[in-house]
Amino acid sequence: MKQHLLSAADLTRDEAVAVLDTAEQIEASLQGREVKKLPTLRGRTVVNLFFEDSTRTRISFELAAKRLSADVINFSAKGSSVSKGESLKDTALTLQAMGADAVVIRHGASGAPWQLASWVDGSVVNAGDGTHEHPTQALLDAFTMRKRTGRSMGQGLDGLRVTIVGDVLHSRVARSNVLLLETLGAEVTLVAPPTLLPVGVETWPCAHSYDLDAALPGADVVMMLRVQRERMNASYFPTEREYSRRYGLDAVRAATLEPAAIVMHPGPMNRGMEIAAEVADGPRSTIVEQVANGVSVRMAVLYLLLGGAA
Amino acid sequence: MGIDPESAQGSGARSERVILTADEISRVIDRISHQILEKTDGASNVVLVGIPTRGAQLAARIQRRIAAFSDVQPPVGVLDITLYRDDLRTRGVRPLERTREPEGGIDGKTVILVDDVLYSGRTIRAALDALRDWGRPQAIQLAVLVDRGHRELPIRADYVGKNIPTSRDEQVFVAIAENDGADGVAISDHRPSREQIIALLTGGGAK
Repeated sequence: MKQHLLSAADLTRDEAVAVLDTAEQIEASLQGREVKKLPTLRGRTVVNLFFEDSTRTRISFELAAKRLSADVINFSAKGSSVSKGESLKDTALTLQAMGADAVVIRHGASGAPWQLASWVDGSVVNAGDGTHEHPTQALLDAFTMRKRTGRSMGQGLDGLRVTIVGDVLHSRVARSNVLLLETLGAEVTLVAPPTLLPVGVETWPCAHSYDLDAALPGADVVMMLRVQRERMNASYFPTEREYSRRYGLDAVRAATLEPAAIVMHPGPMNRGMEIAAEVADGPRSTIVEQVANGVSVRMAVLYLLLGGAA
Repeated sequence: MGIDPESAQGSGARSERVILTADEISRVIDRISHQILEKTDGASNVVLVGIPTRGAQLAARIQRRIAAFSDVQPPVGVLDITLYRDDLRTRGVRPLERTREPEGGIDGKTVILVDDVLYSGRTIRAALDALRDWGRPQAIQLAVLVDRGHRELPIRADYVGKNIPTSRDEQVFVAIAENDGADGVAISDHRPSREQIIALLTGGGAK
C-alpha cells in the first residue's frame, strides 16, 4: 500500500480488495478470543489529531490502534494549544519531533490531511476533512456490503446496485463512497433534492435522481445520509417535515425494497427524519454492524500502512 | 559438517534433489500420527493447529490418519502468525492467511502445532505467543515434516518427519497435493521456480 490514505480514490481495485481481505482475516483471527489484542504494531505511535468533535470515529481508530498494540495519543483541538492560536503546521512539526509513526486527522477544512502529509514523515490517514472525504468510512461500508451480500475474499462489489440518499452536498461519506464503490465495480445512484446535490455531479462516476420512490425497488443497498442540521443554515429544503416525507426512509418505503436489500447509515442518525426508528432497528439495518466492522477495517488500514519497514 | 557435496562446489553447478517422495511423506504422516497417539495416550485430549499454508494441510492429514488408526478425531485449527511476527518492521507487510480456532478452543488441551519446515524457530515462537492469546493449553507440542536445523531460538520439535542437514544457502521446498498438485520435498542450492520443483517431484529422478 501507499504511505498515506488520504482519499478513497488513492486505492486501486487490488489495494481496496486487499484492505477488505485483510480486515476479514483480522476479524476471523480475533473472533471468539478472550484477548482481543495483537502485538503487530508494538512500539509504534499513532496520534489521533481531531480538530472536529467525533467520538465515534476517534474511538474506532483508538480501539483499532490499541488492538494492534500501538501507543495511542489523542489530541483534540479543544483545550490544546490550537485554541491558543497554534497553526496546523506547528502542531505537525511538534508531532514530527515526537516521532509519530501515523497521524489520523480529522479537520474542518477540506484538504488539511494533504497539507499535513507534506509536513510529516509518518503515514497520514484522513478521518474526515470538511465536506470532502472520509475514506475509512467508505472502506467499512464496502466491507459491510461485501459481507452482507455473501461475496467472498478476493472479490469486489461488481454489479451491486447502491443507492445513496440525502445530503450529498455536505457529505464526505457520500463522496468517498462514490469513488470507492466505482473502483470496486458497484453501480451507484445518488438521490437527493436538487439543492443538496453538488454542482458538477454529472461528471461523477454515478447516476443521480431526485425521486426516491423510483430508485428503491432496484437497489441492493440503500445508504441513508444524516441530515446535517448544523449545516442547514441556508434554505436547502422548505421544512424538515417535507424533507422527511420525500426523502426519509419509513416502513412503507422500506417495504418496496427487494427482499434481500440492506439499509445502511453512517451514523449518528436523526431518527424519524432521514430514517424511521423501525427501519433503523429492523433486520435490514446494518447500522450496528458497520460500527463493529469499522474497527476491523481500521486495523487493516493501520497494519497495511505501518506494518512494514519504518 | 553435513554439507551436501554438490552444493559445496559453488562453481555454478546447480543441483536440486528429492529428499522425500509422495510415498515417503505418506509414511511419515502415518508415523507421526502413531507417535501422537502413543505419546498423548490415545489423543483424546489433543487439538491440532496447522500453520498456513502447508502446515494447515498437514494437520488435516494427521487428523485423518489419527481418525483411521483410532476412533478419535481431534479438532483442527489454523493459525496464521503474520500479525505476531517480530520481523514486520524489516520485511514489510504480507497478505494474511485464514485463522480459525479449533472447535472447543484450546483451554486444558494438548495442542500440537504442525508446520512443514522447522528452520530458525521464529515462526514457532510467534505461534506460541498467538496460542497464549487463544487460551491456556495444558501442553504444546510441535510436529514438523522436515527439520533443517539452523535454530536461532531454543525450540525443538516433538515429532519430526525427517532431519535434513542443510547449509544456509540451500532452499527446502515442500509441495503438498492440496496446494501444489503433487506431494514431495526437494532441496536446492539455487532458487528454482515452484514449477521446476513440481516438475522434478512428478517427473521422478533428480538432475
